[in-house]
Amino acid sequence: MEMLRFATAGSVDDGKSTLIGRLLYDTKTIFEDQLEAVEKASVQMGAEYTNLALLTDGLRAEREQGITIDVAYRYFATPRRKFIIADTPGHIQYTRNMVTGASTADLAIVLIDARKGVLEQSRRHGFLASLLRIPHLVLAVNKMDLVDYDQQRFFEVRNEFRDFAAKLNIADLTFIPVSALHGDNIVDRSANMEWYQGSSLLHHLEEVHIASDRNLIDARFPVQYVIRPQSDQYHDYRGYAGTVAGGVLRTGDEVTVLASGFSSTIKSIDTFDGPVAEAFSPMAVTIRLNDEIDISRGDMIVRPNNQPTVAQDIDAMVCWMSERVSLRPNSKFVIKHTTRSTKAIVKDLTYLLDVNTLHRDDSAAELSLNEIGRVQIRSQVPLFFDEYRRNRQTGSFVLIDEATNATVAAGMILGTLS
Amino acid sequence: MSFDLSHLRQLEAESIHIFREVAAEFERPCLLFSGGKDSIVMLHLAQKAFWPARMPFVVMHVDTGHNFAEVLEFRDRRVAELGVRLVVASVPEAIDAGRAVEETGPRASRNRLQTAVLLHAIEENRFDALFGGARRDEEKARAKERVYSFRDEFGQWDPKNQRPELWSLYNGRIRMGEHIRVFPISNYTELDVWQYIKDEEIEVPSVYFAHRREVFERDSVLLSTGPYVTLMDGEEPFTETVRYRTVGDMSCTGAVPSSADTVDKIIEEVAATRITERGATRADDKVSEAAMEDRKREGYF
Ligand SMILES: Nc1nc2c(ncn2[C@@H]2O[C@H](COP(=O)(O)OP(=O)(O)OP(=O)(O)O)[C@@H](O)[C@H]2O)c(=O)[nH]1
Ligand SMILES: [Mg+2]
Repeated sequence: MEMLRFATAGSVDDGKSTLIGRLLYDTKTIFEDQLEAVEKASVQMGAEYTNLALLTDGLRAEREQGITIDVAYRYFATPRRKFIIADTPGHIQYTRNMVTGASTADLAIVLIDARKGVLEQSRRHGFLASLLRIPHLVLAVNKMDLVDYDQQRFFEVRNEFRDFAAKLNIADLTFIPVSALHGDNIVDRSANMEWYQGSSLLHHLEEVHIASDRNLIDARFPVQYVIRPQSDQYHDYRGYAGTVAGGVLRTGDEVTVLASGFSSTIKSIDTFDGPVAEAFSPMAVTIRLNDEIDISRGDMIVRPNNQPTVAQDIDAMVCWMSERVSLRPNSKFVIKHTTRSTKAIVKDLTYLLDVNTLHRDDSAAELSLNEIGRVQIRSQVPLFFDEYRRNRQTGSFVLIDEATNATVAAGMILGTLS
Repeated sequence: MSFDLSHLRQLEAESIHIFREVAAEFERPCLLFSGGKDSIVMLHLAQKAFWPARMPFVVMHVDTGHNFAEVLEFRDRRVAELGVRLVVASVPEAIDAGRAVEETGPRASRNRLQTAVLLHAIEENRFDALFGGARRDEEKARAKERVYSFRDEFGQWDPKNQRPELWSLYNGRIRMGEHIRVFPISNYTELDVWQYIKDEEIEVPSVYFAHRREVFERDSVLLSTGPYVTLMDGEEPFTETVRYRTVGDMSCTGAVPSSADTVDKIIEEVAATRITERGATRADDKVSEAAMEDRKREGYF
């Protein structure tokens, strides 16, 4: 079975958690005891309907405040696909949790309340989805029941978002009018909106084409761990374990090892279940080479005529996630990129981006919590990277604050500095 | 060539990646093994991740003393086969040593004590990363937890202040005394676990399959009679064909009526079931809406 990871996004109260609850309910993925618990809690809170949002808002604090604070992961399957859902918070204060949920998504559903139209958070999340290069975006115009299922209102919201989206890099954008609360256009096409000719949300989730979203061109194998059994049977065994981060690697392939630059050929690609002829993303395998080369964690096995950028100066977009410290020129951090961790210094904050207007403020002195900007970073040792838009794995990094060990930034590489 | 991986192979690759990441970045990891299906799957994945080498960490069982005999036997055999070291953190020993005090009464549970014993063992062994077999589909507090879940020097989880976790770039940096709980099978559902057990031909203890057993009903859960429980007034033992969906402390883990005596039949049953694994089988979760969140905060698995 195929697997699709998707995340919900959008402003507070636009109905993300309700939508997930509805999807689970209508696909009969909610268990009786869960539903019973949610019904009881709804009654206790004095709600008119069973509050399906409580299916994902599982923390005490979330129920008390009636909002989502952190990502909840939920699962369901249809005969076509297994789905992993990340239900993310809409509140601006918890943007970093939204980014957490969205970073691995194949698809994002941005919800908009039909009455309110496109809000700042809708734009922020639409922008973040494009920044994170989530390949597919669905704009769900929700609460259609509250605008009498009006086609005109749907078009207005759609056009408003489309105008904004035109300035972003969104490869695949689909608009669906829904009512999460009542289930219109969630699993089945709604009888209340005969004018809508497109797919229901679930149908879209089942059919959207994701097989070509991976990079199968640039072979990248970050070495994670060196396997040396030190047993009699495997006395001389030396394998490089890792997860393929791009392209296809085959037995017999000529390869170059970064950082050393030495070349060799692939002797075998091992797994517990026996050797395989080829490995591609996201397979986790162990590679053996025909030559004895000194290789350790943080090195990368690539093809000689298709190599990543090897550099210490990195031009990147970052999403800042710390309330304790801000990002300023000369700030120092630990950078974690593929399997390599090293120190890094911020050389320059090129600009701060206003996610509402997409205006670039090049006079900004710092980035604080939930702000997005373009930065120049220098790492202590060279990193082997690709542009994030070409490869989400070799193009992404996080920054860690050494004083607190907190993850303070998500980074997406644009390139190196010339 | 299509370069497709099934969802089970994708989940497996994700787990293996996590195991290797921890082995590379931590000094003293440890795998929590209860003998239940999730930890059995986890152990199997660990074996795959490092093959042909042995997994570079010890295995720990937090033993409440209320075990199914066949599960203990299974644990010891598996550990011997893999040639890994087993650490047993024992609740009865902690009680004898005065580090823990047994609850009293017929509803006494060693659940809370387990947390104290676990934290003590972590400290004593200076473990810095602990693999747990929790899945996010099990419970709503678990649905919120990161793959790398940070614990402070008191072993506590702060659900309102979790580290962002981006892509597959896990942040395992900690100070002395802190640790990370790592959940390599976070994204498996109960059904995925059984399908994986089938695909991989993984052996599981016999209590998972339908068998005749003397049970009684308490709080709408079927508990096994035996040395670890005292019947209360009105509780009548009867014999039923049951199986276990989870395996834990015998005094609070319930059986479900079932005739599924093969993995295939279990898969069919799990696919059709309308009650969650914990709802059907765990007396300890019925205490309150947020029972799991509260226990997790204190350092529970
Ligand atoms: N009438 C109507 N109400 C809806 C609909 N969808 C959601 N709601 C209501 O809107 C309110 C907020 O819904 P949630 O699902 O909690 O919103 P959310 O987007 O998850 O909010 P955060 O996670 O806190 O950002 C609840 O009272 C829902 O019942 C809808 O389609 N129609
Ligand atoms: Mg929500």
